[in-house]
Amino acid sequence: MESATTIEQLTIDLQPRKFGRAGQIWTGVLCLLILNGVVSYIFQLKYGLSVTGMSNYVSWGIYISNFVFFVAISLVGSLISAILKLSNAKWSIPLTRIAEIIAVANIMFAGLIIIVDMGRPDRITNILIYGRIQSPIVWDVLVVSTYLVISILLLYIPLLPDLALLRDKMKGLPKWQHQLYKILSLGWIGSEEQYRILHKSVNMLAVIIIPVALGIHTVTSWLFASTLRGGWNSTNFGPYFVAGAFVVGAAGVIALMYVARRNYNLEKYLTDDIFDKMGKLLVMLSLVYTYFTINEYLTPAFKMMGGEKALIQDLFIGHFAPMFWGVQIFGVIIPVIVMLFKNGRKPLPLFIVAVMTIIGAWFKRYLIVIPTLFHPYLPAIEQNGVPKVISYFPTWHEWSITAASLAGSLLVITILFRYLPFISMWEIAEEEGLNHEHMNPIAVKPKK
Amino acid sequence: MEPDKFSRKDFLKFGVATSTLAAISAGTFNLVDAAGKGETVRVLTADGKLVDVEKASIKLADTSKKREEVSFNRLRARQGIKGRKWVMVIDLARCKHALACQKSCNKHHHIPGDRQWLNVYEMQDAPATSPYWMPKTCFHCDNPVCVAVCPVDATFKREDGIVLIDNERCIGCRFCMAACPYSTRVFNWGAPTTNDQVETEAYDPEKGFPRKMGTVEKCDFCPDMLRQGMLPHCVEACPNGVYFFGDKNEDTVTNGGETFRLSQLLKDKGGYRYMEELGTEPSVYYLPAVNRLVPFEEPPKTKDDKMGDMNHH
Repeated sequence: MESATTIEQLTIDLQPRKFGRAGQIWTGVLCLLILNGVVSYIFQLKYGLSVTGMSNYVSWGIYISNFVFFVAISLVGSLISAILKLSNAKWSIPLTRIAEIIAVANIMFAGLIIIVDMGRPDRITNILIYGRIQSPIVWDVLVVSTYLVISILLLYIPLLPDLALLRDKMKGLPKWQHQLYKILSLGWIGSEEQYRILHKSVNMLAVIIIPVALGIHTVTSWLFASTLRGGWNSTNFGPYFVAGAFVVGAAGVIALMYVARRNYNLEKYLTDDIFDKMGKLLVMLSLVYTYFTINEYLTPAFKMMGGEKALIQDLFIGHFAPMFWGVQIFGVIIPVIVMLFKNGRKPLPLFIVAVMTIIGAWFKRYLIVIPTLFHPYLPAIEQNGVPKVISYFPTWHEWSITAASLAGSLLVITILFRYLPFISMWEIAEEEGLNHEHMNPIAVKPKK
Repeated sequence: MEPDKFSRKDFLKFGVATSTLAAISAGTFNLVDAAGKGETVRVLTADGKLVDVEKASIKLADTSKKREEVSFNRLRARQGIKGRKWVMVIDLARCKHALACQKSCNKHHHIPGDRQWLNVYEMQDAPATSPYWMPKTCFHCDNPVCVAVCPVDATFKREDGIVLIDNERCIGCRFCMAACPYSTRVFNWGAPTTNDQVETEAYDPEKGFPRKMGTVEKCDFCPDMLRQGMLPHCVEACPNGVYFFGDKNEDTVTNGGETFRLSQLLKDKGGYRYMEELGTEPSVYYLPAVNRLVPFEEPPKTKDDKMGDMNHH
């Protein structure tokens, strides 16, 4: 970035822009997917979960694995805007808001998709009325809603100076949009006192969100690890889930910053160097994750205990083997190899491996939830003691509702990108050494 | 407070036999029924006159009575039967896979054809050992994982040892199904198939019906029978006396014909519990399949033999 950056230039570069044709089509497609999912959900409300492929043996399906995916990807908010920020990694400043947008959009849909999985969504208030604090589900409800609130604050509070900037400097705004910025900026004037409070609160939130973030995914892993079932009965699950979550979250940020840079010509802000650093970060996270994966599967595979043996065989060489090895090879190994090379960390190749990582991560959640249910301790039987072949194929309704939830989180991201500066203008300005007075001239007026 | 088509004065005049208070609450609650015009029914009033009443208002009174009954049932179901600690012993040496237990269970609990509360498994512990039949009810564990994970206390452990489900409270998260290591719990995935007679009854967790869509159910040790001093249906139905049932506090179990001291029976016959290592502390004990009543015989492996007609839906 040239040092000659002015706040006017920053505003012009980073202010929200109208969508072109591609953006409109994208938004339209997302809306259609959501509509389709809503229709499927209405059917599900009417006919119950019988419209899904779930059964008494496979009693959790892709609704749950998709929920785990949402929780996982939302963890990146804490990685970028808390861990990297507190460790003073200045290079990640342009990514903070992108990460928080991902966090908020996905944790919202984690909460929604879990309601979709309920047999009796009409009784959701029972959790408040009769909630048992001993149940891991109640822990999850508490920690996910806490994370949602802190994530929204971590997105919103650092937005205040930028919203004020847009209010004061952005030209040619529709009246409602100007009004929106005016209301949302809460009368920000940009005084030194306000900036002091802002920095302090953001730092405090950054510290608070780290245990809560570890909490959401650790507790989500306990939904499985607190049972006696083979494959879930693991002490490794908490850190394993957290490690996997950082991988998919970092990949999500890379994918989004690539799309943003391409469509908004932000080479000046989302530099090749940032891509390079994110690539290195993703390599490190993937290797940590691989370490946990080996821990998770090697020791049970070595022992082949009853209750786990059939599951391990199913994953390694059986029914789930194509998906299992596909996820490892295309979702972890190939991306890591590509990213080890400097050219592999250039924006386009990095974008491609990031997308591979995200898709791999979605199917990895499937492999965590479903195969265990194929292997109960007692043999599966039907009427009359006839042996039963356990199977699970998600139905059209499940796929369309799941697709709608993914489209929904993308739509939230899209809307936030359309109306908010997704790179923090005031933080860039501070990095550039611009005085606060330049940004909000009102504050310069001496107070008597 | 009351809907205009159904005033308190009218209600008293009709003299429908139910308490006024319940009727007011029902009237407030069930606006749709009260407003519906339809058939009339002739009833006798308190002062000896015959009047025609809208059928809808009669139903109102019924509904309120039923609601009272349901809340009574739900409360009673949580308390359990005082001073009892129910326990079951299953003698594997006697089981020949007659499935009379399953049939009786299906019949009395009106179980739809897509599920079982009671299963009989073909077990073989090692390739060289002999296979045997293992009937399995809910184990009504003393350290039940299903109860531990339930977020809303919809499934609970009673003081008489029974693990029961309140289908009026269950939110259908199915965590209990994932947690139960014995695949005991089944779910009402869609609208439950049922018959009209069952549908009109007031819901009772101790019976498990009328079923509720989107909720979990399972074997309940037939507490409705136990309250009447009778044995669970599977115990009664078994032609070979496989199942022994009783009260641990009394140290007695019976299969209807023979009665044993529980402690003595477990001691003499080498009783054990399935997968003790899981730490769930089941209330169901097994006696090993030694000195068998009949040799093990494979059943015809078809889906539609004699069980088929039980589950006509």
